[in-house]
Amino acid sequence: MSSSFYSRRRRRNAMWMGLSLAAAVFGLAWLFVILAVLFWKGFSGLSLAVFTEMTPPPGSSGGLLNAIVGSLILTAIGVALGTPLGMLAGTYLAEYGKYSRLAFVVRFINDILLSAPSIVIGLFIYEIIVAPMGHFSAIAGAMALAVLVVPVVVRTTEDMLNLVPNALREAGSALGMPRSLVIQRIGYRAVRAGLITGVLLAVARVSGETAPLLFTALNNQFFSTQLLKPMSSLPTVIFQFALSPYKEWQQLAWTGALIITLAVLALSITARALSAQTQQK
Amino acid sequence: MTGEVTAPKSAKPPRASKDKVAVRGLDFYYGETHALKNVSLGLQEGQVTAFIGPSGCGKSTLLRVLNRMYDLYPGQRAEGEVMLDGENILSPDLDLNLLRARVGMVFQKPTPFPMTIYDNIAFGVRLYEKLPRSEMDGRVESALKESALWSEVKDKLNASGLSLSGGQQQRLCIARTVAIKPEVILFDEPCSALDPISTAKIEELIDELSGDYTIAIVTHNMQQAARVSHYTAFMYLGELIEFNETKTVFTSPRDKRTQDYVTGRFG
Repeated sequence: MSSSFYSRRRRRNAMWMGLSLAAAVFGLAWLFVILAVLFWKGFSGLSLAVFTEMTPPPGSSGGLLNAIVGSLILTAIGVALGTPLGMLAGTYLAEYGKYSRLAFVVRFINDILLSAPSIVIGLFIYEIIVAPMGHFSAIAGAMALAVLVVPVVVRTTEDMLNLVPNALREAGSALGMPRSLVIQRIGYRAVRAGLITGVLLAVARVSGETAPLLFTALNNQFFSTQLLKPMSSLPTVIFQFALSPYKEWQQLAWTGALIITLAVLALSITARALSAQTQQK
Repeated sequence: MTGEVTAPKSAKPPRASKDKVAVRGLDFYYGETHALKNVSLGLQEGQVTAFIGPSGCGKSTLLRVLNRMYDLYPGQRAEGEVMLDGENILSPDLDLNLLRARVGMVFQKPTPFPMTIYDNIAFGVRLYEKLPRSEMDGRVESALKESALWSEVKDKLNASGLSLSGGQQQRLCIARTVAIKPEVILFDEPCSALDPISTAKIEELIDELSGDYTIAIVTHNMQQAARVSHYTAFMYLGELIEFNETKTVFTSPRDKRTQDYVTGRFG
């Protein structure tokens, strides 16, 4: 080994390390700028009123209660509808379908759905639910979110079940356990934290969605828990208020953005912690 | 190196010889690959039969036929006859789960389920019997005693099965298997992932279990086969080359290949 060759290799290494570091810093810096601006603009608007009062008409003060409750309801129903479907499909892919033709097709379509623009999902639900019903409704919004939840949960369920060692499945079968029980009692159990992580990530994903709600749940100036009526949600309120010329609305939009970001951040951190726990076992 | 041949220590005298499992003209295929070729032999009731041979000789495959474990995978099929108490277990209408309750299996790597030590054992029992809590406690205790694990875990039955050491996990798997009262127990290289002390414990355990259970063990370790088994089968390239009393196989094998293998000249 000649020393000039070695020093050249070291220089190249230093150069690439430097570029990688610069790229990482560039990406992270924007994230911090976004968070800093959100805190700076949104934090001053945080008050009890935000959580207790309704969205105000222009020119007066108010809160975001109807939007927060609406977001919680829409997300809860969307996840409740999408999760079982996604888990069942993911289980089929990992445990039964495997390399079959059907599994291949389902996996392919799922990948497309996973990256489909959410506004397209909103239009789809508009066509099949909103248009026939003749009006916007919370349930249509929840359905749109459910369609977004399904592919995320399908993917994580399949990935997680694929982590279950075959030896564990065989051990279950060797005791005379039917396959369905092996999956439920051993497979799901072995990767429980991972499955919960998948659902939390799906919640984080849909709770910030605006586009699929614009054509479905629309918005509502007033407090409503009726599923057949339009319902307010944080993202749509942020969208509407941020574009308005009124100071109070713009302030509420910043505050809403801060709340939703912190909520999603908390969910992601929980999901991370849980999946780290799974890997340690 | 020649394995020192000592007969298993079990005080129980061998029972009147009777084939618990009789394999006749067994062929096995992984897709196109012909993995077992016309194998015939019998596992005597209450005795330990060891399967030895170089990697890929089909010994594990044979074991996995005895509880139809291969059925989990498409493209694997067995032809011939395997009689368990006179009933052909290769028959397509056989209830696989009942078969596996009668023919238990312990694997190479310890595979405790992700649940408590207690539940690891109770779980299998609950598949077949609905026992009141006190009786289940008794069953768990006797299974753990039978597998020489009781004294080490009796104060932490609610700890996770995954918290045990490798050797303890393997004994937990044995406890789980004996808890459902099988008739035959298959050991697939049960010590290859364990340290020497844990290995000695498992071997002792196999010796104690013989008599009550008909046992088949696949092992890469010839000394182990010599120490624990009454009968030894030597397999090579999917064929059964020699099958006899362990002592005979190790001291005066009939086939040259057996001799080469047990004296460590190949494999």
